[in-house]
Amino acid sequence: MKKIYSKIESITGNVITVRATDVRYGDLAEIDTAFGTSLAEVIRLQEDLVSLQVFAGGRGISTGDTVRFLGHPMRVSFSENLLGRIFNGAGEPRDKGPTLRENLIPIGGPSVNPSKRIIPRRMIRTGIPMIDLFNTLVVSQKLPIFSVSGEPYNELLARIAMQAEVDIIILGGMGLKYDDYLYFKDTLENAGALSRTVMFVHTAADPVVECLMVPDISLAVAEQFALQGKDVLVLLTDMTNFADALKEIAITQEQVPSNRGYPGDLYSQLAARYEKAVDFDTAGSITILGVTTMPGDDVTHPVPDNTGYITEGQYYLKNGRIEPFGSLSRLKQQVNGKTRPDHRALMDGMIKLYAAYKDTLEKKAMGFMMSAWDMKLLKYGEKFEKEMMDLSVNIPLERALDLGWEILADCFEPEETGLRTELINQYWPKKRA
Amino acid sequence: MVGTKGTVIAVNGNMVGVRFEGIVSMNEVAYVIVKDKRLKSEVIRIRGNLCYLQVFEMTKGIAVGDPVEFSGDMLSVELGPGLLGQVFDGLQNPLPKLAEQAGYFLERGIYLDALPLDANWEFTPTAKVGDVVERGDTLGTVPEGAFTHRIMVPFNLYGQYTVKSIRPAGSYHVRETIAELEDVSGTVIPVALSFRWPVKRAVDCYEERLKPVEPLVTHVRLIDTFFPVARGGTYCIPGPFGAGKTVLQQITSRHADVDIVVIAACGERAGEVVETLKEFPELLDPKTGRSLMERTVIICNTSSMPVAAREASVYTAVTIAEYYRQMGLHVLLLADSTSRWAQAMREMSGRLEEIPGEEAFPAYLESVIAAFYERAGIVRLKDGKVGSVTIGGTVSPAGGNFEEPVTQATLKVVGAFHGLSRERSDARKYPAIHPLDSWSKYNGIIPREKVRYAHSFMARGSEVEQMMKVVGEEGTSLEDFIIYLKGNFLDSVYFQQNSFDPVDAAVSPERQKHVFALLLKILASQFNFSSKEEARTYFNRLRQKFLDYNGSEWKSQRFKEIEEEIMASVAERSQGLDPRAEKLLV
Repeated sequence: MKKIYSKIESITGNVITVRATDVRYGDLAEIDTAFGTSLAEVIRLQEDLVSLQVFAGGRGISTGDTVRFLGHPMRVSFSENLLGRIFNGAGEPRDKGPTLRENLIPIGGPSVNPSKRIIPRRMIRTGIPMIDLFNTLVVSQKLPIFSVSGEPYNELLARIAMQAEVDIIILGGMGLKYDDYLYFKDTLENAGALSRTVMFVHTAADPVVECLMVPDISLAVAEQFALQGKDVLVLLTDMTNFADALKEIAITQEQVPSNRGYPGDLYSQLAARYEKAVDFDTAGSITILGVTTMPGDDVTHPVPDNTGYITEGQYYLKNGRIEPFGSLSRLKQQVNGKTRPDHRALMDGMIKLYAAYKDTLEKKAMGFMMSAWDMKLLKYGEKFEKEMMDLSVNIPLERALDLGWEILADCFEPEETGLRTELINQYWPKKRA
Repeated sequence: MVGTKGTVIAVNGNMVGVRFEGIVSMNEVAYVIVKDKRLKSEVIRIRGNLCYLQVFEMTKGIAVGDPVEFSGDMLSVELGPGLLGQVFDGLQNPLPKLAEQAGYFLERGIYLDALPLDANWEFTPTAKVGDVVERGDTLGTVPEGAFTHRIMVPFNLYGQYTVKSIRPAGSYHVRETIAELEDVSGTVIPVALSFRWPVKRAVDCYEERLKPVEPLVTHVRLIDTFFPVARGGTYCIPGPFGAGKTVLQQITSRHADVDIVVIAACGERAGEVVETLKEFPELLDPKTGRSLMERTVIICNTSSMPVAAREASVYTAVTIAEYYRQMGLHVLLLADSTSRWAQAMREMSGRLEEIPGEEAFPAYLESVIAAFYERAGIVRLKDGKVGSVTIGGTVSPAGGNFEEPVTQATLKVVGAFHGLSRERSDARKYPAIHPLDSWSKYNGIIPREKVRYAHSFMARGSEVEQMMKVVGEEGTSLEDFIIYLKGNFLDSVYFQQNSFDPVDAAVSPERQKHVFALLLKILASQFNFSSKEEARTYFNRLRQKFLDYNGSEWKSQRFKEIEEEIMASVAERSQGLDPRAEKLLV
């Protein structure tokens, strides 16, 4: 029998302290309050003083409530029964299904040994030229969508999820608006994908501590599926809410804040989650697509900044388009050398010209006379934006490559493109009679 | 001998408070015993009979009252034959071996021998009984891959010793005694093929530290020609994420003209680390024709590994680099990224509740960074041979802002600065080293005045470009416009280099010199164009030819043909040379 403690020493925000012995760092406890039972996690030990983070929050907890230590860290039930189900951040059902108790696995486990990883090498086709052609998504990649509030980031996330060829989808929602939660649910349902989906959803109205558990619980489940040989796609939205939850809790704990109030270990905390993306050498894989909303469209804000140094690139969503500048898939060179010989050269060549177009736009805005070259760039930039960048374009990679050459041939002479002669000889569209 | 013992009294993140009895030293290694696991830790603060440990592992499951054992040793690495080709974590655990034992995940509390005991090395003695030796002197050699590995008197044996016995030539494993040394008081010390050295102390068994003057060829044009690195020097590559730091490091690790490369990934993306891990064994070293891995050591800490192990990794790496330097070899240490390392320091400092300095980094950040880079150097050993450690560190400044403390502290102590720019990487101009912001204090492969002349086109071209933004193209003189075009031309055919092109990825110094001479001639030529449009078209065509030229094999038929076409085209349009450049061209 586990001992029950009923003397709560202090309550600060979501953190309570009790005096107890024989408690291990990271263990769980249950607290019985007037509002029901909540889980709590040990986050600090100092002699016999134990600090606990209460999942359901500190509101309404009384000094007379009882605390019972469970003697193990946070766990989640893992089996095929998870598929099609929806849970909250503490692993309790959010749908009308039964609570799952079998085969409990720990969450937040150790890192994968880098020598057991394989080089990512499988492309994930999405039908979106700004991804497939310019920043190819690769199995096992960890990639955030950097976005401003108001952009259709959840729509983009859902569309990639629907079109990506994977076995299992796990959605981890953090601080989701209720409408957005329903949007994901409906979209996955309509596409007939719910049966291969597990959702762990924390909505904006739920206790903030539960938000922190969502990525760990989602990734622990993903890891088990991957070890069974499945290709798993984990969608995490929105990681900025996760970081803000970390900040909120660190400050209540009176930790020395680092950058803009975020805790000093923000980088490590984010990395511990994103690094779960993996392609196992003899099993399945985990691909992570997250959303990172950027307060004030500021990419130097600590959350996107730290994220950028951890993830293998990012899609930068702005004005409803994936921007070529700022967007990057670090793993694209693992796969785009094997698609078509013109892929890499065309990808760089078109962006170089698009950068020149942006300069010309600036000149135009200043009211300068446009040279013949400027006119060509203007034509090119407009075509590029309309025919390639628009998110509604849905074509396979090969068609996108052909389209790229058509746009170039429509606007420029071959030697103006900076592409090598041999490629031009092979791919430059013949003039239509 | 296990000395002092203690018990856990507090746990906070990866910091553990311990009450102890006996003697504890700063930076000593201790083990926290949790159930059946021993978690490696380092003492980072002592107060009375309390000390604080930073645990190199996850601290989940530690309880107040758990026992702690102190080892009496500082965090050390084992130095000896067999380091080359290995992949270690920051604490020198061989990761592939660990995978064999523990499977996919990095289980806590498993520490393996860095150098396998089942491998034997062919030892040939060079010292004789009766020889008087000092630390760092050679006792014998073993072959290790393409190198002759020196078995040296351990660096921690201060004073003079007489060789009392030495084993004959034969096959031994790393821990076997191969010699006995007697000190002045008559104490006999057995010496094996390997010994341990504390990572946070610089290896200093050399005669003299020299000035780094000889260029270290990286085969990256922009670096070797314009912003060179010297053997035994230091350089840093700061840049925002996505600007190409990692690709640049990978290219350098493959092509730099050194004997040995030590790569320290201090908290990097596992997906990129694994690329190096899996590709290196398959790539051939162009110099030796053997696997690239045979001259490489990788210290690999992905960003999700515990923070304290990340903090240790650069020290493990530099100690191994210094060890091979002591054999008269040239070693390049690439640290990616030192910001992750500095952030690890910040995290620890925060947990210790130290008063934070700028941007919450600890006040000692600068001195720690300086001390690390100062471990680079070119040295003359006691036997006259010269060895070097060159350190190249990437920096990942928050928000890509070079004003931040880590970049600034690094800039104070390095000899070359390769600043990457978001603007250039956005425009896919790779390597995205900014040619106007970067600098180097070292000598390169091409005389400075020639480089300066070429570089002036970049600087003036950029001024013209800025001016054009104000007055427009029509308000710019044809003469200025040509300078602008020449600057652009230099940028696109020389500064930019295609790291995925088999030929263009690595350019030999001979080819760089040859191509640079041709380029200089083009830059110095006075062209007579009738209009800006004509000038632009001309340079577009020339650029096209030059790109094809860069992509053709050195001295091949095609290379020569294109070169002739380029020269003919220049001769046809050139009206003579810039008088200021005439003497540069002879």
